Amino acid sequence: MWSGRQGRLRPVGCVVEELRCRRREREAALRKARREQQLVSKRLLRDDVLEEVEGGCVAKILGEAEIQQFLRLAQRGTEEKERERALVSLRRGLQHPETQQTFIWLEGSIRTLVGLLTSSQALLQLEAARCLHELSHSEQSAVAEACLPATSYLLTYLSGHSSDFIELCLYTLGNLIVESEAVRRQLLPQGIVPALAACIQSPHLTVLEALGYALSQLLQAKEAPEMIIPSVLGSILPQHILRLLQPGPKLNLGVAVEFAWCLHYIICSQVNNALLIYHGGLSTLGLLLLDMAAAVQRTEDAGLELLACPVLRCLSNLLTEAAVEVGGGPNQLDDERVVAALFILLQFFLQKQPSLLPEGLWLLNNLTANSSSFCTSLLSMDLIEPLLQLLPVSNVVSVLVLTVLCNVAEKGPAYCQHLWPGPLLPCLMGMLASSDTEGVGQSLELLQLLFLYRPEVSFGPGTPVLRPLVSPWPLSFPSYLQSLLWAWQAYVDSRSEIPASCWEGTLLNRGGLTCKAVGIKCWVTGTQVLSPFLSCPQAVEAFLQQSGLQVLEKHQEEAQLQDRVHALQKTALHR
Amino acid sequence: MQLPPALHSRLVGAPGAAEPLPVERDPAAGAPPFHFAARRVRFPRDHEFFEDGDVQRHLYLQDVLTQVTGAPERPRVPEFTCQVAGCCQVFDSLEDYEHHYHTLHRNVCSFCRRAFPSVHLLDIHILEWHDSLFQILSERQDMYQCLVEGCTEKFKTSKDRKDHLVRRHLYPADFRFDKPKKSRGPATPVATVRVSAEALGADGEQSGGDGMEVCSEHAAPLPEPVGERWIYSHRIPSTICFGQGASRGFKSTKKRKEHQ
Repeated sequence: MWSGRQGRLRPVGCVVEELRCRRREREAALRKARREQQLVSKRLLRDDVLEEVEGGCVAKILGEAEIQQFLRLAQRGTEEKERERALVSLRRGLQHPETQQTFIWLEGSIRTLVGLLTSSQALLQLEAARCLHELSHSEQSAVAEACLPATSYLLTYLSGHSSDFIELCLYTLGNLIVESEAVRRQLLPQGIVPALAACIQSPHLTVLEALGYALSQLLQAKEAPEMIIPSVLGSILPQHILRLLQPGPKLNLGVAVEFAWCLHYIICSQVNNALLIYHGGLSTLGLLLLDMAAAVQRTEDAGLELLACPVLRCLSNLLTEAAVEVGGGPNQLDDERVVAALFILLQFFLQKQPSLLPEGLWLLNNLTANSSSFCTSLLSMDLIEPLLQLLPVSNVVSVLVLTVLCNVAEKGPAYCQHLWPGPLLPCLMGMLASSDTEGVGQSLELLQLLFLYRPEVSFGPGTPVLRPLVSPWPLSFPSYLQSLLWAWQAYVDSRSEIPASCWEGTLLNRGGLTCKAVGIKCWVTGTQVLSPFLSCPQAVEAFLQQSGLQVLEKHQEEAQLQDRVHALQKTALHR
Repeated sequence: MQLPPALHSRLVGAPGAAEPLPVERDPAAGAPPFHFAARRVRFPRDHEFFEDGDVQRHLYLQDVLTQVTGAPERPRVPEFTCQVAGCCQVFDSLEDYEHHYHTLHRNVCSFCRRAFPSVHLLDIHILEWHDSLFQILSERQDMYQCLVEGCTEKFKTSKDRKDHLVRRHLYPADFRFDKPKKSRGPATPVATVRVSAEALGADGEQSGGDGMEVCSEHAAPLPEPVGERWIYSHRIPSTICFGQGASRGFKSTKKRKEHQ
């Protein structure tokens, strides 16, 4: 049922290799769980110091009789210390799933535990809460759901003052929240949102981190956009979340990580992001980004990627809001230091967490897409070359890099002047050779823009002859073919001063196309190639000879290509 | 990835941006078959783009990754006693003491010395138990507040409130912080909020926890106040001490049986 859920992990005394192996397994399991939309994780709070004090020996599994004895002692013992010890023994036994099962099926056990939870003996209360916490962390639904009778009390205690106790209650609630929608259907009417809101003004960092965790679990629920986020947005939580994310000496990384994820779940659900912008979300997050980059520069960056991920997502998604589109004022992000900070973070990701590069580049796209200011910043701060250095990382990254470059190029000649030819030229040629459709397609888009705005600086005679590009392309990549050919067509059109006869030097090889004038060779494995120079009669002849029409016919069913195919067919037949 | 050295100084420089270059678009750009259009992109929560980051987040939650903040230190200190008058509980750690203090001494009703888990419940208790104006007003209007923070409903009687708690807020029927007080005499019974962890359930089983009152360790056998019918425990644990202040403020009002 809950195949994605993971149990607790206590890597005590494990060899590094074993740890890494276990981590890989868990990572694979988590990916699988996410694809099945069953991504659920619980957090276990166990006091290491307490364990040490208690002797650190492995607790054994408790049987029915032992559990009953401990419960009786805890409930009715005469000596206070005796009662505490009994509960401690019970709690240690409950670390075992077998004990948990036995416990929940014992009649009256939960009632007794809840009774102890509400006793006036502070330490009994605390131990009872720890027992409940162990139960809440269980993978077995029956065990976790056995804690339900205690939830009204856990929520009541959130308004108390004892920070340790509140922290424990919060982690327990956080674990229960992810258990099932049924549990949440009980917790919501019991007032969990107001109860959590009451905690957010606590000065205790441990409480705040626990609160962030519980809230993030609540916001991650499937039904959150309809059932939970509206009431969260209607409470005092949004302002305080943003307050806790403000950079400065009081910023605590653990707390910030939890609330950044809360903010991400709220924002990507798109319920009412305008409210967050109204509360200064954009500027807070922007300043936080600057702060993180500064931390990287000071190499105080341990764990920073845990915070960077949700912050990048929040910023990127917030930038798409209509409230931000209308320019000017505090709703805008227009400080170019944000771009500088982003690049420092990209460099950091490249070393520490390359999987975050796409997310960073996504933000860069959203910053540059509609902003001539940020595009200018990229140029004035010399960031094009560093950007190009990211091209080889992965297909996803290269497409994003090219998209950002397109964002810059599409703004016109003033921008293209700084882009082309420069170091962009060899990188682009390299990209055209790649086997990734999307990457090549995006390169062609960029090429078209560059040709359009910088026609005078193109593949002139001085251009070095580049190495042949080998492209193992089956015909299943028709859009590449089409785009390539039309790019060349556009280029040819732009060189209207060159008479058509000059293009006759073009050789059309079987399976390949060589353009002497530009020194580029593109090979398409086993396919007939369309001649781009359809205005040139010889080319059309060759096209027909090479059964170009048949090739066209193959693609004419594809919706994306129909128009272009028909256009080409028409041109070919009416030469 | 080589960053230009000036970038680092730009980061600490003043906010702002350079004058943007002039934008001049040609309508032929993006004309078919080309289709590039600069646009901001948004991803919804379940998009596969987020897979990697989500997985890292969950690894962190499961403690596989290095935890960001270490566990707080819990120093053991030499034993000390609670400083509240009459309470002699002994502690050897500040955290234990903090919890004890907040549980038993923090939200204490100054009239009847009962302790409550929160200010909210204490306020309701004082209003409903010790405010004579409340009794008068409650005969005419709905005065019994819902106990759940954030809910503004009010009710005519304590029973109505309890029904609301159970039906609307899915509270347990035997919620310990909502036990009605038993009748004091011929007058109309005034149901009030009472904080006491009484017998478990209604079957009179021995309580697992004592009333949420002042140090129950002080089971001092003081004379019963007139009019009340509390039952006192005569067990005195050997660890307690009889301070000078063990007077009216600290009567042990442990109730054995619950009366409806």
